[in-house]
Amino acid sequence: MGLNSNDLTIGDSYSEVIVDDLTRTQIVQYAGASGDYNPVHSDEKFVTEVAGYPTVFAHGMLTMGMTGRMLTNYVGDGRLTYYGVRFVNQVWPGDTLTARAEVAAVREEDGGTVVDLTISTTNQDEKFVLTGNATARLD
Amino acid sequence: MAVERFPVEASHILMFARSIGDSNPIYADQAHAEATEVGSIIAPPTFAQASAQFDPDYFLRPKDGQKWFGSGATASGTLIKETAESSKGDDKKSGSSAGGLHAEQHFTYHRHLKPGDVLSAETKPGESWEKESKRAGVLKFNESITEYRDQDGELVVTARSVGVVTEKVIEQ
Repeated sequence: MGLNSNDLTIGDSYSEVIVDDLTRTQIVQYAGASGDYNPVHSDEKFVTEVAGYPTVFAHGMLTMGMTGRMLTNYVGDGRLTYYGVRFVNQVWPGDTLTARAEVAAVREEDGGTVVDLTISTTNQDEKFVLTGNATARLD
Repeated sequence: MAVERFPVEASHILMFARSIGDSNPIYADQAHAEATEVGSIIAPPTFAQASAQFDPDYFLRPKDGQKWFGSGATASGTLIKETAESSKGDDKKSGSSAGGLHAEQHFTYHRHLKPGDVLSAETKPGESWEKESKRAGVLKFNESITEYRDQDGELVVTARSVGVVTEKVIEQ
């Protein structure tokens, strides 16, 4: 089931808490599933002593993946035609993130109706960690 | 990056969905998926990134017989000298010891991935540019475009990735 174009108004929004108190273990879990074992995400000794950051931080793609869950919960499974983001701040263990989508446009594309969404994900300090856009097919 | 063979498998999709905290049954339950308009298990929207698992040269995976740049006996297995010297001061730390950070990622879906797909991926370089930043000095951006094709040669996902190398560690 997708969203129905008749039910959408510009400025409508949907949001979800996508992670509450991000754990180092979830970051490791993402490393294993994605195959990205960059030690800045899991290796406290390397990241503090060599890379120079205060502790390990999440893969940008983990934040994009978790934000994608909010998106598919909103627009429906298999409905996205485009999803793109910028990683604007790092995400750290202990962060609680909220992802939000806002209806920017409803338009015709390839003989169907689609919605353009503006996306943002913020942390517990209301600092943006991710901004982006998505397009999804509507009913 | 060139990936010759990226088999999309149900168990990998399940593990990937778990890692992003997504318990949507469309990623795990075939019977559920068959009753939806999608018709089968599909992969989450960012799953194509896991093609790294099938890139023989992917540099962010430890490989048999090669030194790994993460910590073991020392803070870095490949930067032993630097580790001892740089652990005192911040001046030598670029924040980019691991080859930079991910700045942007974009996916265009021609269709969604599903178990049974056997993909190949070819990456081509895109634009390069520089920007000055207060928090991290000179930023060097590099874009790459990856096309994922299925076993019939059909384009299924187009990915655009932008990486950034920072002059210094990003100020928090």
